[in-house]
Amino acid sequence: MSNVLAVLEQRAGALKQVSHEVLTAARALADALGGSVDALVIGSTGVDATGLGAYGADRVTLVEDEELSLYQPDVFNEVVTAQVRAGDYAAIILAATAMGKDLAPRVAARLDCPLAVDVTAIDGSGGITVTRPAYSGKAIYTAEVTATPCVISVRPNAFTPSENAREAAVETRPAPRPDLRTRTVRVNEPAGERLDVAEASIVVSGGRGLKGPENFKLVEDLADAFGNAAVGASRAVVDAGWRPHADQVGQTGKTVSPQLYIAVGISGAIQHLAGMRTSKVIVAINKDKDSPIFKVADYGVVGDLFEIVPRLTEEIRKVRGG
Amino acid sequence: MKIAVCLKRVPDTETRIKIGADGRSIDEDGVKFILNPYDEYAVEQALQLKDSAGTGEVTAISLGSSASQETIRTALAMGVDRGILLETDALPLDPVPIGKALAAELGSGDYDLIFFGKVAIDDYSHAVGTIVSELLGIPSVSAVGRLEIADGKGTAEREIEGGVEVVEFSLPAVLTAEKGLNEPRYPALRGIMMAKKKPLEIKPVELEEGGLSVVELSVPPARPAGRIVGEGADAVPALVEALRTEAKVI
Ligand SMILES: Cc1cc2nc3c(=O)[nH]c(=O)nc-3n(C[C@H](O)[C@H](O)[C@H](O)COP(=O)(O)OP(=O)(O)OC[C@H]3O[C@@H](n4cnc5c(N)ncnc54)[C@H](O)[C@@H]3O)c2cc1C
Ligand SMILES: Nc1ncnc2c1ncn2[C@@H]1O[C@H](COP(=O)(O)O)[C@@H](O)[C@H]1O
Repeated sequence: MSNVLAVLEQRAGALKQVSHEVLTAARALADALGGSVDALVIGSTGVDATGLGAYGADRVTLVEDEELSLYQPDVFNEVVTAQVRAGDYAAIILAATAMGKDLAPRVAARLDCPLAVDVTAIDGSGGITVTRPAYSGKAIYTAEVTATPCVISVRPNAFTPSENAREAAVETRPAPRPDLRTRTVRVNEPAGERLDVAEASIVVSGGRGLKGPENFKLVEDLADAFGNAAVGASRAVVDAGWRPHADQVGQTGKTVSPQLYIAVGISGAIQHLAGMRTSKVIVAINKDKDSPIFKVADYGVVGDLFEIVPRLTEEIRKVRGG
Repeated sequence: MKIAVCLKRVPDTETRIKIGADGRSIDEDGVKFILNPYDEYAVEQALQLKDSAGTGEVTAISLGSSASQETIRTALAMGVDRGILLETDALPLDPVPIGKALAAELGSGDYDLIFFGKVAIDDYSHAVGTIVSELLGIPSVSAVGRLEIADGKGTAEREIEGGVEVVEFSLPAVLTAEKGLNEPRYPALRGIMMAKKKPLEIKPVELEEGGLSVVELSVPPARPAGRIVGEGADAVPALVEALRTEAKVI
């Protein structure tokens, strides 16, 4: 019981960035336990799984079916649990994404094994110990896993992908076709191709300080200047209908841990902080020097966002351009 | 339509968390407890479905200490018909035993729909509803932001990264509620009076320990004090410089 199964995520044939984080976490745990890493990718035919060896997979299994372009919980659960039962695993690791949060409890329930979600650190030096935030990030559990295999979902952006090259053998298998009790029929994608706040490594969020939905253009321009940044929002502006709920950061929105989080015209209410306090670097732009956001910000600029943000956009363009 | 809603008693979102003397749980002294905010959406959805069906019964179930009666009463005041408290002293961190205890009760209830919150804001497991569906062998959709039920079938929408998944299922089913599913009602005075007379059954239960043993609960290290780089647009170059050379994030 020392191997680790890394369940990876793909979209439209391309592996998601977070899959490298999952593999990195799996590799480190397997090394500590003296086992190997099996990567499992489930999807429609033609998924590109080359390169997984670079992040530490010893074996890669592709389970394919042309019907599987979308996440089908019953199929995914059956594939994962069958592989675990046939193998010798101490842990099953996946990402705490929308898919992972749905799949992890299914797998744990079917295998009757423990589940640790949204884990930010794993220590395999003496058994398996996990670290996970709770109480809206106001407290952190350290817990020992007392039964294996265990299912662990890791928080996106918590594990920095690192290369660890192996010669990974790739095996392809057809997917089973169980009855679909729950059937995903389609994914409606919004217009515009911006990264989701929970996935992006840079998030620029706007709050009520922007005064109106039309001024979010300033936030979008700044995000664009960074290249690959997501646009987030406080609940106040989501409730006002300025931004979709998908953009909301905080306790009743998404939890994000990007490399850089920029809060523009956001006061920093406790429920907002719950969603972003684990960001690596926090920048706050606010005209009120006493607003609570400055208590968690690494860098703050006090003043009118309508002057500061366009200037920042311009400077970032310069830096990235040259 | 027979509907169940699972409720958890959790510390209020504004609460300052202090670690208890055992170093493994919070100090509950002076903490205000509330009905888990996501469970309010679950209750509201159950009540709306019962109303539109014109007949039926909504049962609220909570697993927890005797104090969870208060949480159930909140739901009764909103309009839920009856409550069941599965009484136990302590809840494990591992959500699997919690799902098992709830599934054991729910399995015998012949419910058409079972609602949960998407996540409990204390342990943040995001799991119990989905675990229950798996144990009961019925369909489930998690983090539902939109729902339609007609003729024994349902369509639910759930937000995923960069899109909305549209999912179909048949009843009976488990659904976990996301914010925005509806606007939860406030208990009216009349509802609060009536709630006192509604049935609330108490059943002691024994929980399995689960496979996660808490070593420590700690408060995250405070973020090191940041600094105000300056005021107004003139501070921008200094900010960009700090992000490049000090923080190294751009
Ligand atoms: C159960 C519950 C759950 C919640 N969940 C969430 C959640 O998930 N996410 C969330 O964000 N909130 C959440 N909230 C709401 C939260 O309490 C706050 O109300 C909300 O975060 C405030 O949003 P805001 O910072 O945009 O607005 P405000 O608090 O109004 O702050 C606006 C800020 O903009 C600044 N400002 C104004 N004009 C300018 C200018 N010209 N230049 C620069 N700065 C300016 C002001 O100084 C102020 O600090 C929740 C609340 C509850 C009760
Ligand atoms: N002890 C409990 N009693 C009743 N319902 C619970 C309990 N714990 C969790 N739930 C339900 O499961 C949902 C998700 O909780 P969790 O998986 O712990 O984040 C909650 O919103 C509740 O609806």
